[in-house]
Amino acid sequence: MGNEPNNQNHEPDELKNKANGLESPLMEERRRAEEESSEVKLDKNVLREQLLPRGKAYRENLKQRKKRGAVWGRLYFAANVVAILALLALAYNIANSAFGYVIFENEVEPAALSSQPLEELDADGLGAILLENTAPRLRVIIRNRLSRVENSEYTSAPLSEVLRGRQFPDGADDLTINDLEDQDYINILKDNLSVRTLRGIVVDEVVQPEIVESWSLMDSIFNRGEIEARFQERQAQAEETNLSLEFYSWLRPEFITDSVASSPTEAGLRTALLGSMWVILVTFVFAFPVGVGAALYLEEYATGDNWFERIIETNIRNLAGVPSIIYGMLGLAVFVRALGFITSGEFLGITDSNGRTVVSAGLTLGLLILPVIIINGQEAIRAVPSSIRQASYGLGATKWQTIWRQILPASIPGILTGVILSMSRAVGETAPLIVVGASTFIGIDPNGPFSKFTVVPIQIYQWTARPEAEFRNIAAAAIIVLLILLVLLNGTAILLRNRFSKFKV
Amino acid sequence: MDMTKDQSVYEKNAALLGSDPVLELENLRVFYGDYMAVQNINIPIPEKKITAFIGPSGCGKSTVLRSINRMNDLISGAQVQGEVRFRGEDLYEDDIDPVEVRRQIGMVFQKPNPFPKSIYDNIAYGPRLVGMRDKAKLDKIVENSLRGAVLWDEVNTTLDKSGYALSGGQQQRLCIARTIATEPDVILMDEPCSSLDPIATKRIEDLMRELSDQYTIVIVTHNMQQAMRVSDYTAFFSVRKAKLDDGSETRWGELVEFNETTKLFEDPDNQETADYISGRFG
Repeated sequence: MGNEPNNQNHEPDELKNKANGLESPLMEERRRAEEESSEVKLDKNVLREQLLPRGKAYRENLKQRKKRGAVWGRLYFAANVVAILALLALAYNIANSAFGYVIFENEVEPAALSSQPLEELDADGLGAILLENTAPRLRVIIRNRLSRVENSEYTSAPLSEVLRGRQFPDGADDLTINDLEDQDYINILKDNLSVRTLRGIVVDEVVQPEIVESWSLMDSIFNRGEIEARFQERQAQAEETNLSLEFYSWLRPEFITDSVASSPTEAGLRTALLGSMWVILVTFVFAFPVGVGAALYLEEYATGDNWFERIIETNIRNLAGVPSIIYGMLGLAVFVRALGFITSGEFLGITDSNGRTVVSAGLTLGLLILPVIIINGQEAIRAVPSSIRQASYGLGATKWQTIWRQILPASIPGILTGVILSMSRAVGETAPLIVVGASTFIGIDPNGPFSKFTVVPIQIYQWTARPEAEFRNIAAAAIIVLLILLVLLNGTAILLRNRFSKFKV
Repeated sequence: MDMTKDQSVYEKNAALLGSDPVLELENLRVFYGDYMAVQNINIPIPEKKITAFIGPSGCGKSTVLRSINRMNDLISGAQVQGEVRFRGEDLYEDDIDPVEVRRQIGMVFQKPNPFPKSIYDNIAYGPRLVGMRDKAKLDKIVENSLRGAVLWDEVNTTLDKSGYALSGGQQQRLCIARTIATEPDVILMDEPCSSLDPIATKRIEDLMRELSDQYTIVIVTHNMQQAMRVSDYTAFFSVRKAKLDDGSETRWGELVEFNETTKLFEDPDNQETADYISGRFG
């Protein structure tokens, strides 16, 4: 491709040189000719051949060139197709597991409980069902849902302690839970819980649905007949006909609001989701200011001509490529062990953790993404035209004013892009958190930087490792939640970026 | 350049002015590291007049201009010898703050370089730097500056639009308005019209003539016609070459002639000036 312009320029140059060698009359003639028209009018035929090459050989060459171009074009297109296919396969896999037909076996058929469907019953109706069917369990239900004290004190502590701030019968302050009647338990449940929650309790405690068999989304769509036949078969086999076939979404509101449980229909993602949010918050609070500060120092203050600054630069670039598990080991050694006194919250008087806390995890992930934030930040700052710096200094701004009022606002969209990309990476990181000591099975919500925690990816991993097939379904649902979380994070970033880049350079 | 025994070049040039100069560049030399960029600069800058620096590329006009408001400080390795006096004060004394210098001696650059902010914020930037927050005062400054730069009528309804939404000529006038908003004593202009079309250039030139009633202006230009049209005094720079010991060549800029503009273009004292302005070299 580079040949043709050369051909055009090279040959006339030679001609010009020849012309220069001749006497001045020729030169004058040539100049006059040039003035007459913009076309070069030396030897017309020769020049034309050289300016616009044509002929058989040239056409062959051109054909070759176009062919090569087309091949490359198709290759680039194929690369895009591969990427899109991979994405589609991922989406297919997740959706396939997260939705599909399920056969439930109910311990008690809802129709047997009441003349009305459960959905239409009010609190009184639901309370009556509970009283009738599961009276011995009522105290346990209250303990699980409403108790404010440790399980060991539940039966001995006075109600004023056990149900502090809750509704309970007047004058029962000094009684214990064992002193009450079943009807009192029902009233406590009705007074403190919503109808929706009560209905959930009825389903869990009385109906007790259990999954007998489940199908993937594809089977559910394309093999509907087979599934129904199988259902009929099972119904015929069963002695009581309390089986039901339902199209079931494993991703449902309760999945996000429930905590972990041993049954896949009851297990939820709340603990892991809160854990992820806490960890990401700590990561952001640590990595954003430090990363942007470092980038500002390297771009605006460091002169780059001493060995110390060069070592810093090189190291940051190398750190960006270090495998994440190594950061996990660093976090274990430094944050969990060496700084355990701080990361466990012991210095604040918190004694029930051992350094394997949200803070340790957040700082570890912060270290992991710091190099990326710094490199991205440096590039964003470098992209601010130097004319803007000059203009600012020229108006009598100090260095700090220039950085704070011009360079940061102009580069913040780019900086944010880097921060968000790396935060997304941190949200999905598993390996370093396992090393740092995230709990794999934990039912207590994290409530601050010094709590034990688990995160969504670890929860997903833990579920996929279970032998029961249904846990893989909720793992798929959890993946969808994780993806939604990422999309939300990225969306926020894009909104912020657009806000900041209102006036483009 | 010939030197009379009892009068320095600077004194000779200063004698051409009818009044005391605002800025005095005496025996100025600028180095970038070991490399000497200019030397023998002796220019007095008269008050409320336009002084033009002309000369071929690489003669150090911009370097000299940037050393007047200490913008060269921003280039690492840049070093100034000799004196730059502003109303008698040497600007390179140890206790002079370059930030203060730049508030007194504003600068307009070669390429229009508005900030990526609204037109209003562009103008208000300078006053805000010194802590002005009063909205009414800022409004007044913005209006006066834009009027001063003959831009008010074109932008008064779009003050919240980006400075980049303006045309090149308007952007340059915005930059001039931004500079006069800080109420400087002197305005330095580094080839302010080189990226503009002839019509926009004409407007900037008219503006410069208007501003010279209130401000001392120093302009660097490649365009001799422009120097002739707008300036009162002109300094002509040229390039000098020498062979170093190791055989390589070094170049630096020098002042050849400083004179009243009409004198310099019609009847220059120096043969080199005459050659340059008649197009025989450079």
